[in-house]
Amino acid sequence: MVEWTDSEREYINTIFSTLDYDDIGPKALARCLIVYPWTQRYFGGFGNLYNADAIMANPMIAAHGTKILHGMDRALKNMDDIKNTYATLSELHSEKLHVDPDNFRLLADCLTVVIAGKMTVKEFTPDMQAAWRKFLSVVVSALGRQYH
Amino acid sequence: MLSKKEKELIANVWERLTPVADDIGADALLRMFTTFPGSKSYFSHLDLRPRSPHLKTRGKRIVLAIAEGAKDIDHLAVALAPLQTLHAYRLRIDPSNFKHFSHCMLVTLACYLGDRFTPVMHAAMDKFLSAFAAVLAEKFR
Repeated sequence: MVEWTDSEREYINTIFSTLDYDDIGPKALARCLIVYPWTQRYFGGFGNLYNADAIMANPMIAAHGTKILHGMDRALKNMDDIKNTYATLSELHSEKLHVDPDNFRLLADCLTVVIAGKMTVKEFTPDMQAAWRKFLSVVVSALGRQYH
Repeated sequence: MLSKKEKELIANVWERLTPVADDIGADALLRMFTTFPGSKSYFSHLDLRPRSPHLKTRGKRIVLAIAEGAKDIDHLAVALAPLQTLHAYRLRIDPSNFKHFSHCMLVTLACYLGDRFTPVMHAAMDKFLSAFAAVLAEKFR
C-alpha cells in the first residue's frame, strides 16, 4: 500500500481544488498529442488532428481531456487504494483500447507541465511537484496493472 | 528532427533566459533533487538545500551550456565535446538522470513562461533537450 504523508495529501488536494477541469483536461491531452505525436494513434476516430492548431481546437479531444481528468477524481477520493480503484479501467485500456501503458506517463508529464504553467514558480514548489509526481506514478502504475 | 522554425524558437528562448540563468538553473535542479532524490547522489559534495548558492552556481553553469548549444543546434557535438568527455569519464552520470533533468527544466520553463510555453514550444524544447542529452551521453560507451 502506498504511504502518503499529510503534506503530500494536502499538496494533491490543493492542486485538484485549483483545477478547472474543462480547461486543464483539454489542454493536457492536446499537449500530449502535439508533443508526442505517436499518441495520436489512439484517436483515429476523433476528427481533425492535422496540426497543433487543429488539435487544440478539436472539440472531441477537449471533451475527452475533461473526461480523463474527471477520471482522476476517483484516485483522489481513494488515495489509499488507487490500485483497486482503477482495476476495471486498467483492463479496459489493455483489453479493449490496446493502449501502450508507457503512454500514460507521457500524458501525466504533459498534465504536470500544464498545471505548472497555470501556477507560478512560488505556488508549484518542488515539494508540491514531487508529491504530484508520486500521485501520478501511482495512478500510472495502477492503470498498467491489469496488462498481461 | 528540428525544423528551421523550431531551431530559431529555441535559440530565441534561451537567449532571453540567459540573464536569469542562475534562477532558472537553480529552480530546475531543486525540482529534480526533490522529485528524483537519486539524482542527489552525484552532488554529495554540494549544499543542495533551497536557496543554496551552490544550486545557483551549478544551475547557471548548466543553463549557459544549454543556451550555448541552442545557438548552433546542428553542431551540438562541437559545442559539447569537452562536456561529453567530462560526463563520460569523470562524472559518469547514469543517463536516466538527463531525462529527469529535462522534465524538470520543462516544468521550470512552464512556471516562468506560463501561457507563452505553448504546446509547439514545449514540443520543440523537449526535442532539443533530448538531442542535447543524447549528444552529452555519446562517449559513455
